[in-house]
Amino acid sequence: MSAPFAWIRPEPWGIHIVPADTWVDPSRAVPRALVTHGHADHARGGHGETLATPATLAIMQLRYNTQAGAVPVDYGESIAIGGGVRATFLPAGHVLGSAQILLERAGERVIITGDYKRAPDPTCAPFAVTPCDIFITEATFGLPVFTHPPIGEEISKLLKSLSENAEGSVLVGAYALGKAQRVIAELRAAGHHDTIFLHGAMEAMCRLYEEQGVALGDLRLVSDAPSKDAMRGAIVLAPPSALNDRWSRRLPAPLTAMASGWMRVRGRARQRGVELPLVISDHADWNELTTTIAAVNPQETWITHGREEALLRWCQLNQRRARALALVGYEDEDD
Amino acid sequence: MEEFAALLDALVYTTSRNRKLALIAAYLRSQPDPDRGWALAGLTEGLNFPAVKSSTIRNLMMERIDPVLWALSRDFVGDTAETASLLWPGPEDAAPQTPLSLAEVVERLSDLTRATAPKELADLFDRKDAKGRYALIKLATGGIRVGVSARLAKTAFAQAFDVAVEEVEEYWHALVPPYAELFDWAADGATPPDLAGVPRFRPFMLAHPLEDGEIDLSDYAAEWKWDGIRVQLVRTTNHEGRAETRVYSRSGDDISATFPELLGALPVDAVLDGELLVRGSAQGGEAGGAASFNALQQRLGRKTVSAKMLKESPAFVRLYDVLLCEGTDWREAPWKLRRATLEALMPHLPASHFDLSALVEADDFAHLARIRESARDAAIEGLMLKHRDSPYVAGRKAALWYKWKRDPLLVDCVVMYAQRGSGKRSSFHSDFTFGCWDGDPDAGAELLPVGKAYTGFTDAELKQLDKFVRQNTLNRFGPVREVKRELVFEVAFDSVHTSKRHKSGIAMRFPRIHRIRWDKPAHEADKIAALRALIKD
Repeated sequence: MSAPFAWIRPEPWGIHIVPADTWVDPSRAVPRALVTHGHADHARGGHGETLATPATLAIMQLRYNTQAGAVPVDYGESIAIGGGVRATFLPAGHVLGSAQILLERAGERVIITGDYKRAPDPTCAPFAVTPCDIFITEATFGLPVFTHPPIGEEISKLLKSLSENAEGSVLVGAYALGKAQRVIAELRAAGHHDTIFLHGAMEAMCRLYEEQGVALGDLRLVSDAPSKDAMRGAIVLAPPSALNDRWSRRLPAPLTAMASGWMRVRGRARQRGVELPLVISDHADWNELTTTIAAVNPQETWITHGREEALLRWCQLNQRRARALALVGYEDEDD
Repeated sequence: MEEFAALLDALVYTTSRNRKLALIAAYLRSQPDPDRGWALAGLTEGLNFPAVKSSTIRNLMMERIDPVLWALSRDFVGDTAETASLLWPGPEDAAPQTPLSLAEVVERLSDLTRATAPKELADLFDRKDAKGRYALIKLATGGIRVGVSARLAKTAFAQAFDVAVEEVEEYWHALVPPYAELFDWAADGATPPDLAGVPRFRPFMLAHPLEDGEIDLSDYAAEWKWDGIRVQLVRTTNHEGRAETRVYSRSGDDISATFPELLGALPVDAVLDGELLVRGSAQGGEAGGAASFNALQQRLGRKTVSAKMLKESPAFVRLYDVLLCEGTDWREAPWKLRRATLEALMPHLPASHFDLSALVEADDFAHLARIRESARDAAIEGLMLKHRDSPYVAGRKAALWYKWKRDPLLVDCVVMYAQRGSGKRSSFHSDFTFGCWDGDPDAGAELLPVGKAYTGFTDAELKQLDKFVRQNTLNRFGPVREVKRELVFEVAFDSVHTSKRHKSGIAMRFPRIHRIRWDKPAHEADKIAALRALIKD
């Protein structure tokens, strides 16, 4: 009999399920991949076969035009992937279609969270706490300085600034997949039903969300606005890279906002010239990370992509077995 | 205190000067006394709580958080106050408490001793959210640093209550936080503060640049414009017979502590206007002259001065004007009378610390122009032209005083790097680093950076420059782009000095872009050697 959990092996470019010769979120093309969600640092094209939730596959098709080899797996559905391994996709609460992947073999249970959060999000299914032996968790915001406030507070801040800046516009930098749609949905839930203007890079993903049943209200492209004046008093959404770009010159007196977990730290906001920081993240904050580990209560915690050191230290202090994985290709995204 | 915390937070994220002014003014108008006075003191770094140091905060955190988690967090955030404000563990069962006013917080901070500080601070932290704790720690440890200078805060005060900023400057140094008399006067129309016995600042008289045209030397007197820092020296004796001297900079900042050798040097009560210089041979020619500005720079910005510095680079003041002397206010008097008064005063002043800025005698304007042209060698900034009948008035008044700077030096440089600006210019590459050749460009010489400038072009030119940068980018480093070595700037600057900080070994003073030479090939730009020849250190 082989050593416990020898069938699962972290490599720099992904997690290898050895007996099934299948990879989770690999950063290079492989014969068969399980993909947790559609963000570029987890999903890429070129795999022989891609197993993911239907929504994630739709996102991947939009982004990488990957139709060949797509195998949809619904939440809760359990499939045999070979080598005696079963894989189950469970909601992760990160973005539309995002999943944790539960792998089971000979009574041993491993969960790979992908990216996740515990805060409520109207655009995706909530994280399911599931018992396991090895819990492989993300740690993007793995420092105790990161606490994401309730999103309602940040949305109120945004609407207050909008009312104070009625002559101009509020330009919100938000990641094009997930963050943008969540901000829109939360604005609608807060009773803001005005037209929201979009950067061109946001359009297709917003349409996909709507096709998947997430209502986003009245949206319009900035390039379709009849005049600069038409955008006075309006919220405009753009990818963070467009905030200080020439593109923003077409907006009426924009106040620069950014929706990101990094906005918790003043220096990060100032570096990017952000005047209105909105601490909105699709990742677990420190408190969510630590309470999730405690609730799942695994024998061992493996920590990946992000600030592994601090979370490792927390596990140590709380007498939990843990190790840090060094995976490549996962970077500070514009969360 | 909540309002002050919100103000600091808003200032952190604001880059526009006008918006900062508006934020501070709105705060000062809406908040009660004495809170707003304490806030003004905090913004102008007029508060000091010796019992609270950065280490006090760190030790406080160490009792509550694992040192490894603290160190990792501090490294990421980069600021002790902010890290502590984010990491402070709130009390488990916080009973609602009445919020503290800023004045109450200041009072409690003032009462702290090294022994009581930890417990008292912990209690204050428990009552606040992260934003409030950040403001509290910044206030307690000094150095709020939200991009607000003392001058900006005073301007905001003037704007809030529609009074003249010059008047605010006059009263400012006579008063102590929370500046009750200042608010009584500006906000409530009370009589202005009583300033007897206080060595206070009087606003400087400034000059217009002489654009073109001639002036008649029978109406105007000429003197050199020395390349030091403009200061005002004020000595006052109070009703107890104790004399105090202060040195003020052009912005009205009290810089007495930086130049202690001047504080006992003035034997009479007076307010004198002059140029602060350090001893050397570059300015003023013969023995007893002044060193170049570079030498003076070594002494600026220091809170304490070593005995060695005092000995090696002693400061003195080259006097221009007298505002008050032995009880007489000369400001309304014509310049020629003030000049005579100053000349009569000179024999009573120690020559070790004072000399007189000599008048430049010329037969006519053309003669003066020739003298000005030859001024390059004396390493001075140019000429001042003062109307012989001009009173001493605050600010820049037309036709009274002119400054006639030397024509700037010019050099052709090649643009090497461009960086995005801030505020309105944040989408344009508006800050340029340029270089000169370290040899013959046709024989493989390289460009070395010699300076950086972000002024001197029109909005239309800025658009063209931005386009050039985007189309000729070689590399990107965050907000900085390296561009193809193709575009030549004619750069204007006042002087050039040796510098160890730059690889080229030189640094320019006041470089600005004089002309964009779209037509000039890069290999025809100047060599470093040409710049080096202009060094007058």
